[in-house]
Parts: sequence; structure tokens; C-alpha cells
Amino acid sequence: MTGQHTPAGATASHATASDVTLRVNGKPYTLTVDHRRTLLDLLREDLDLPGAKKGCDHGQCGACTVLLGGRRVNSCLLLAVSLDGCDVTTVEGLSGDGEELHPLQRAFQERDAFQCGYCTPGQICSALGMLAEAAAGHPSHVTDPAAPADRPVRLDRPEIRERLSGNLCRCGAYPRIVEAVEDVIP
Amino acid sequence: MKPFAYVRPGSVAEAAEAFAARPGARYLGGGTNLVDLMKLGVEEPGALVDLTRLPLDAVEEVPGGALRVGALVRNSDLAAHPLVRERYPALSQALLAGASGQLRNAATTGGNLLQRTRCPYFQDVSKPCNKRTPGSGCGALEGVNRDHAVLGWSEQCVATHPSDMAVALAALDARVELYGASGVRTVEAAEFHRLPGEQPQRDTVLRPGELITGVLLPAATAGLPSRYRKARDRASYAFALASVAAVLQVTDGVVEHAGIAFGALAHRPWRARRAEEALLGAAPTAAAFERAVDLELSAARPLRDNAYKVPLARALALDVLTRLAPPAATA
Amino acid sequence: MADTTTAPPSAPERREGPLKVTGSARYAAEHPSPGRLFARPVPATVARGRVTGVDVRAALETPGVVTVLTHENAPRLGEGDDPTLAVLQDDRVPHRGWFVALVVAETPEAARAGAAAVRVDCAEEPHDVILIPGHPSAYVPEEANAGHPGLRRHGDPDRALTSAAVAVDVRYRVPPLHNHPMEPHASSAHWDGERLTVHTSSQGTTVVRAVLAGLFGLPRERISVLAEHVGGGFGSKGTPRPDVVLATMASVVTRRPVTVVLPRRFLPQVVGHRAPTLHRVRLGAGRDGRLTGLVHEVATHTSRVKEFVEQAAVPSRVMYAAPNSLTVHRVVPLDVPTPSWMRAPGEAPGMYALESAMDELAGALGMDPVELRIVNEPRTEPDSGRPFSSRHLVDCLREGARRFGWDGRDPRPRSRAEGPLLIGTGVAAATYPVLVQPSTAVAHALPDGTFLVEINATDIGTGARTVLAGIAADALGVPPERVRAEVGRSDLPPASLAGGSSGTASWGWAVHEACVGLAGRLSGHAGPLPAEGLTARSDTRGKADAESPYARHAFGAVFAEVAVDTVTGEIRVRRLLGVYAAGRILNARTARSQFTGGLTMGLGMALTEGSTVDAAFGDFAERDLAAYHVPVHADVPDIEAHWIEEDDPHLNPMGSKGIGEIGIVGTPAALGNAVHHATGVRFRELPLTPDRVLRGLTEAGAH
Repeated sequence: MTGQHTPAGATASHATASDVTLRVNGKPYTLTVDHRRTLLDLLREDLDLPGAKKGCDHGQCGACTVLLGGRRVNSCLLLAVSLDGCDVTTVEGLSGDGEELHPLQRAFQERDAFQCGYCTPGQICSALGMLAEAAAGHPSHVTDPAAPADRPVRLDRPEIRERLSGNLCRCGAYPRIVEAVEDVIP
Repeated sequence: MKPFAYVRPGSVAEAAEAFAARPGARYLGGGTNLVDLMKLGVEEPGALVDLTRLPLDAVEEVPGGALRVGALVRNSDLAAHPLVRERYPALSQALLAGASGQLRNAATTGGNLLQRTRCPYFQDVSKPCNKRTPGSGCGALEGVNRDHAVLGWSEQCVATHPSDMAVALAALDARVELYGASGVRTVEAAEFHRLPGEQPQRDTVLRPGELITGVLLPAATAGLPSRYRKARDRASYAFALASVAAVLQVTDGVVEHAGIAFGALAHRPWRARRAEEALLGAAPTAAAFERAVDLELSAARPLRDNAYKVPLARALALDVLTRLAPPAATA
Repeated sequence: MADTTTAPPSAPERREGPLKVTGSARYAAEHPSPGRLFARPVPATVARGRVTGVDVRAALETPGVVTVLTHENAPRLGEGDDPTLAVLQDDRVPHRGWFVALVVAETPEAARAGAAAVRVDCAEEPHDVILIPGHPSAYVPEEANAGHPGLRRHGDPDRALTSAAVAVDVRYRVPPLHNHPMEPHASSAHWDGERLTVHTSSQGTTVVRAVLAGLFGLPRERISVLAEHVGGGFGSKGTPRPDVVLATMASVVTRRPVTVVLPRRFLPQVVGHRAPTLHRVRLGAGRDGRLTGLVHEVATHTSRVKEFVEQAAVPSRVMYAAPNSLTVHRVVPLDVPTPSWMRAPGEAPGMYALESAMDELAGALGMDPVELRIVNEPRTEPDSGRPFSSRHLVDCLREGARRFGWDGRDPRPRSRAEGPLLIGTGVAAATYPVLVQPSTAVAHALPDGTFLVEINATDIGTGARTVLAGIAADALGVPPERVRAEVGRSDLPPASLAGGSSGTASWGWAVHEACVGLAGRLSGHAGPLPAEGLTARSDTRGKADAESPYARHAFGAVFAEVAVDTVTGEIRVRRLLGVYAAGRILNARTARSQFTGGLTMGLGMALTEGSTVDAAFGDFAERDLAAYHVPVHADVPDIEAHWIEEDDPHLNPMGSKGIGEIGIVGTPAALGNAVHHATGVRFRELPLTPDRVLRGLTEAGAH
């Protein structure tokens, strides 16, 4: 998200659509997008990648969570036009080209960490982003404020729960999701 | 949402020019509230001026011991910054008490300050709201107002400001750095947001076209004991019912500095200046805290559904102040 | 006794799981086809009135908008049983949020912009939306939901209560609640002039097809309705909702595929909600704790569109032996959105009231609440006099008490503190009826040695494919890996909906019968199978719906421990444990998830979830997921779900009872009772949010 890009700027100032180039799950895509199009709708409608789900469309449920430059975000609140040059990973991009599931996907399956499955891609992407944040020493609301800033945070259950609280699950699979995440903590 | 133009300026000056050149323009930061409001039809920008790639994403020490936070520093990065955690723990705590991991990764420092109220009448374009449509009336005044203001409201508007971060900034004597047509200026964080009065449509003292370039955390409160505490309807991912940020310096058994601000009680983070004055020079005893907090909250005027906020805010403030005071003092 | 530790149970894993964890499972709005349009409904913005004019000019000029449907130009629908589906048929606005137009556009963005541009003028009429005790329009309905009588009386309850040695007379209040499945209601319809193909998020597409056939005057054979994956429903997708009617209408008009996804904020107004219930419970008992009188009176609301009565007094007809009783519902029609099913309608709010009152009675008697329930164990179902096919509530209570460590509990309220936290424990019983519906199934033996079972069951997250394949494998005597189960399409053999915790029993019965028939044919068949394989069919009509001489219910016991913060009034659940007697558990892995999910929703009902009817505007004040607080990860502790192995020959060939709903029942009372034990304050209105708790503590002088 850093670096200077040529502004869509003065020459195209009245246009309501622009060209953007994105890498999604490692593949480059160039599309002309309506400025109103969110990343979520771009994934679902333009790229036919329905893994990121539309649960609320307002950043209140987490079902649309994807990784943007490796960081977890709500794709429903990001305008695609603003993401030119960015790198996006969705749940479809986690297992690689082979048939093998990502270890976290496998853990969700083994732990029965879902029922209806609608929140699941968001839970999985969120958990992966969360693991990276903890490894980088990012604190959470329940981290001891005196914990050293430069060390990974040890993820006990209260930590996992707090950090995944941006992902609602109406089927109530929370205890199993926490176990699945614990299964992949290095 | 109507179609809109989009521009991505390369500098702060270009951003201000682009904004001025386009009627109905809005600045775009993390978008976590603006895009939400555009979908609701509350915001209908003619153009978005995307600030996210401007070089305002650093946290840096400035001579004299202050900390300058770029307006585009993401909430999660600010909360995790070692200097913030060490020197301004209330700020880190406030950020981490807000929203979700995903939202904090996108939301910016400037955008957090500029987020709008979550009043349901403001968010619903089919209902009256003087903030959204001046002169249309206030749906909340006689409506469901459990989440609304108890301090500083007017007949025009009883909305609260939803930010956690801004409450900590107010208590910590932070300043907001602005850039606009008349140049650069800074405003006290505690004075950046307004009370509704007769102009509830204006949340802040920002002038037209002005943009936030950063926040200055002063040397004066660096390293002082500070805390943030929030009460909410569920354990995480919920706006505050009430919150408090406080910084307290006790020297030789008396309060030498106190900064106290309440969240979710008013149209802006409520800097508790009367309470602070009452504490200055006093011994930090439980009785002194109670006297000071009660003095501040005596101005509260609860609505039909939100009288609970007064005792809740009181309890939160006493808890935070007691924990900040040296153990011997309150025993 | 089934034990569940942190290790996953050994039962088969969910068959559709790999699709769900990779994002390849497609839900109703995720079936793109060339030329697909997106439609967005426009809700009414008055609480009651008539549409006097719809100005669609600006909407039609919006780039990308194809057409706008209103009551003036929408296709006329045939007569249907459900008046909530009569959308765009006339000018009446029965409640705020009722759909008055539909904007059909090339993109979701254009549909949204078009909807914002539609101008609807209404003649507003005075409205009444607030349920109050003693509302002048209240009446006792002949029947409440699920066909239960509105009123039942035995003996002389008033006299029994007056003369009781110990009595409680208490009132409870449960607010409106919203189902909010994670997948909003969505449908994609394509009418090509010959056939109608619909993907919809529904708990049962057999019903959807029948309803669409009636509304659009089409023979069922020309309609296919598919619901391969459904993102939850919890009752709100039990029957068709307006999305599927609107999508079909728009496709009929445009002859193009049309997708309608209801915005989250619209759901509270148009997909049903749990109606608020006001309870008055009076219990009279002897000093020995035996109930002499039980009165449970419920007031609730319905809309003016149709009558739906939350049967919240019904569990009081099932639970305890009381020779004198009155259970009655009074319903008030208001200008509110139409209520409907939400997980355990009746039992969830009703057992909150009854089981809280039992706890209050235990306190008045100075008796252990587990023992109070045990001494009131009935020999037959109190209301009907029929014997229970199986009950085992006492076993659930005793086993739960043992696992939870109930013995040695200090019964005195407010007896445990940790700094500013007050700690308490509570218990409540749970019940849910055994429901079963006729269904049909086909089983095939294929030449390659595998088997295929076909039935229009719906997997809303229960694991239907997995469980039905297991039932088939059992009946056929083959490993489950050799059985494939096809579900979720209306062109499969018709079956009942996934509701009333009846799915597995109903579908499983039909699958079992088909497979038993197939096994018989196979045993009489010599040599290799013909190319088309062998097939057997089943239809459980006349059996599944036969009257049973037994009272059939699942039971359970819920134990909870809470910590109440006296500074903020915030409550955190530390432990939540349920023990259930629900017949034979067919898949321990998916069953545990269902129980746990119910317990979690019960936690939300107790602590975080609540909606408010806005007296001024007529809709719900909490319309989105930021304002309506579904529990998040941080609210939910390690939850334990256990069950008693129960052998009940009076149910169905599998010996199973339903398990989808009982988890929510009893949980709010167990938590409320724990909060009382922690604080000494009895809260009688849900949810137990910090404002209420703090007020209660303050009024009790406990703050």
C-alpha cells in the first residue's frame, strides 16, 4: 500500500470508473471498475471468487475477511479503485494449486469448526491474519499491557477469542474454531 | 450510492487542491466508516480524494520529546507501536478496545477522529436527523435513546461520538494537526470535536477542505500512568456504553496532573476539566476522586433510556483513577 | 454416557466440509449466469398507511436500472396461504419496512442507486406498535404456533395458589429477537419462458416450489428450486420469504436471471422475528416442594398481516407435575413486522420464565434447585396424561450436577467474590418436543458397488448429508464411504423442511425405509446388477405422521457459572454445560456442534441480544449487526455438551430425537439463575446488559 502511483488525477477527474490492476491469489487481473465497486463485490461478481461472503456489507460481521498485503481486512468496506497494485489473498488462494487443504482448513474440518459454513472463509482468513499479528508482537485488548513489545504474543484462549471477535458465527462454532486455531499455532 | 469521481493525489497540497476543485468531494482514508455511510446513503460524495498513499504513515519522535503520529497510521499499528505502548498506554488500550482486528488494520488515525455517530436515526435516511439533514428534527430525542448523550446535548441533537481513540487523545492533551487553505494549524484534541448546539451537522472544528495530517502526543504526558476502560454490551466488537481515559501524576502525595475524558456520554469526547481542577493539589484518595467525578457528572441530563450512563461512567472513572493512584494513597 | 473431551469425536466428518473451508461451496446468490440482473427492494418508510404514489422516473433514469416494479405494474400473484408473500400486490403498508417497490438493474451498485432514487408517497395512518400488559386488543387465540391450544386449564389453579404453603408470583419479559443467520435471505431466479429455476436460501425447497407454483400459476414440474448450501436459518428460512417471490417476479418480467439479496438491515422487518413475550408465572408448592398449582400466562404480539402466536406457555404443560394448572396465551395484533419461528419458538422464552420461577421457588423453599425439579418429576405428561416415550430429565440433572461439580455449592446468594467480581452458578431444565414429518426417498444400488440415496432434505449446517449417509449405510449394512446422499434440490423425492428439529428424524426415516427395501431387493437378486442398478422407494406418510400414544420430548439440563463485574455490570460466562436426553445420537461430531450452537444462542438471548420496537417509527431500533449484539468469540467460553444414551423404541427406526433447538432452551434461565446466585438480585427482563445489571445492583444497595 505504499509507493506513489500516478493519480487517476486531473485528466480523468469526472470519470466514474477506472482501470485497476490487482493480484488476487497470485494472479494479476486488470479490470475497469465502477468506483462504487467494493473489493468484496469485485471478488464475487467480477472474478467469480465467492469465498469471501457478504454477511452484512458494513464491516459488522467479518464474513468478507480477506488478506490485503498479508493483513486481514473487511473487503466489503474497501473500494476496489483504491487498491490498484495491491495483493489480495482469499480463502480460495490458501490451499495452493494442489488439492491439499491448508493446515488451518484441515483443522476446521477435523474439529467441526463450522456448521452452515457461511462465516468460515472469513474465520479462516481472519485467523491467519491474526496469527501473523501475534507473531509480530501486536497486543490485543486482553494482552498484559506490561508485555514486551518486541516479542510474539503467546496465544492462550482468551487471546484467540478476543482477536477473532470480529468474525461472527451464528451457528455457535466458536469453541471448535478456537481449537482449530490452536491446532496450527506453531 | 451515486457514481463519483476518484482522485489519488501525490501530496497533501495536491489533495487539498483536488478537494477544492470538486464540489461534494470527500477525503478517503481507511474507508471503514465513509464507505459504510455511502452505502447507507448518508454520505453522497461527488468525488473521493484518496489520501491513503500519502506519506503520512509514520510514528516519529520529534525534538522535545513529543510523538508525531501520521494521519494515515493504521489503528492497529498505532496500538502496537512500542513507544505508544510505553509512553501512552491509555491510547494503545483505547485503540484495542475499539472495533475488530480487521477494522483496526484499515482504519486510520485521522479517519478514526472523523468517524460519525452511530445514532440509528442518523444512519437511517428515512428518519429525521438534524445532523444529517439540518432542520428535519431529531428522531432520537423522543425515540430509542439508550445509547445517546447525557452531557452537552442540545434539542437539536443527542448523538454521541463513537471513537475510543479520541477519548484517550483528549485525556492525554494530544493535538490534532490540520492542513488547509490557510496553512497548517493545530487544535487541542479535546477541542477538535464540537458540542451540537444549533449546528449538529458540524462534528468538528475542521474548516471546509481542511484535512488532518497528524496527531501530536505531547512530551508532558509521556510516560505518566494512564489507562482506558470501557463498558459495552458484549465482550468485544461493540461501541462503548460509557468509557473513560485518564492520566494521573501524583507527586509527594498530591495530584500534580490529571487528565480525564469520558467517551460515549456526549457529542464529543468529554474532557472532565471540573473534575481535574478539583483533583489538582489534592491527595489522591477515594473520597477526593468521588468528589471530583461527581462534580463533573452533576451536569448530566439523562434522556428517557440512558440514565444508567451516569452511574456507569462514575464507576468506570473511580475504578480507573483508583488504579492509577499510588496504592498507598487510596488505602 | 457419551464423553466429550477436547478431542474431536470419532464420528464421520462433514461431507461438504472441504467445500466450505475452501470457499467452493456455493450459496444462493453465488450462481452467476450470463445476463444476470440484481434487484433491490424498497421498504416503506411509514408505520402504517397507503401508498398514494410511486415516482420511478429518477430511478429509471439511473444508469444500469432495467425496470422498477411496484404494486401498479408487478405481476399479479395467485392466492397463497402466507400473506407476507403478497408483495407489490396492493397499496397497503401494514408495517414499516414492508416492500413497496423493486428496482432491477444490471449491477448491485445500480440497483442500490436506483432504489435510493425511488420516491414513494404514503398516506400515513396512526399506528400502534407497543405491546403492553393488558392491551385492550389482546385476545386468547384458539391455537398458538404448532397447533397448540391457546388455553389449557386443569383443576382449580387459583385456589391451589391461594392455599399453597409457599408461592411465587413473578413476571418476566423477553424482548423481540432476530434470527440473523450469517447468510442473509437471498434468491436467484431464472424464468426462461418454459422453466423456472431458483436458487434460494431456504430450510426446505419442497415447500418453496409448492408456494411458487401457486403464486405464479405454474405446474410444479416446471419449477426447480435448489438450496445446496444454506448459510443458516434458525427458523427464519423455514418457509419462503419475500426475496424468492421478488426474484421470480423480476425474472418473469425481464426474462433474465435475477438475484435478490436482502440487505442485512431489512431482515428484522421482513423475515420474521421472535415476538416479545410478557410472562406472569405463579407457582404454589407444599413445604416438600411439590407443586400444587402452576399458572403461566403469556402476552405477545403479532402483526396485522397474519396471526403468529409464540407458544411460550406450552412447555409448562410438559415439565412438572402440578394437579392444578392454567397455561394461556394472549396475543395483540399491532402494526409491527410479522413474527415467526426463531429457534425453539415457545420453548426458548417459555422455559426462561418457568425455569427462572422454579429457581425463585427453590429459594423461597430453601431447597436445592436440582432437587426441586426432581421432586416434581411427573409420571405422565401433565397436560395430556399420556406416558412419556422416554424422559430421563432426572438423569440429565444428576449427570450435569456431577460433571459441573454442583454438590458442595454454597446456595446462599452473593456468597462468592473475587475482588470486584461476584461469582455464581445456576441450573435450569430444557425440553423440546419430538416432531416428525412424512417424507419420501429413493435408494439406488449401483453396479460399481456404491449406493446413492436421494431425498430433498436441506443441509442448513446440521450435517444432513453426513447423517443421512450414515443412516443409509446402517440400513444397508455397508460402510458409509460407499453411500452418497443427494439433497437440496426440489427435483429429488419430496421431503419435509429443516425445522422443528424434525429433519433428521423425518428424512432419516424415509432413507431408512428405502434402504431396508433396497437391501431386501438386493438379497433376492442373483448375479451382477443391471446397468441401471436396483432402486427402492419409500414414503413415510401414514407412519411418520401417525398419532403416537406417547408424549415424546427431548429433555436436558443446563448448568452455568458467571462472573458479574460490580463496577460495570458486565457479565461474563465462565462455564456452560448441557446434558441432554435426545434419543440415539446419530453422529457425535455434528450433534455436539448443534448442542453447542444452541447453548451459544441461548447465551446471546440471556446476555447480549435484544431488540426494541421504536414507538415513534414502528420498526426495530436495532437493525444491523453493530446494534443487535450476536455473541462474539470473546463472549463464549469452553462450552460442554454431553448426552445420555437413551434407547426409546417409540420414535422412529433410528431411535433419534431432534437436537437442533433444545440447546437454546433452558440456557437463558440457567444464566439468569447464576446471576441471581452471584449478586442476590433477581433480574426478570432479558437481556442482562450492563445498564440493567448496574441498575439492579444499585437499587439493591449492592453496588
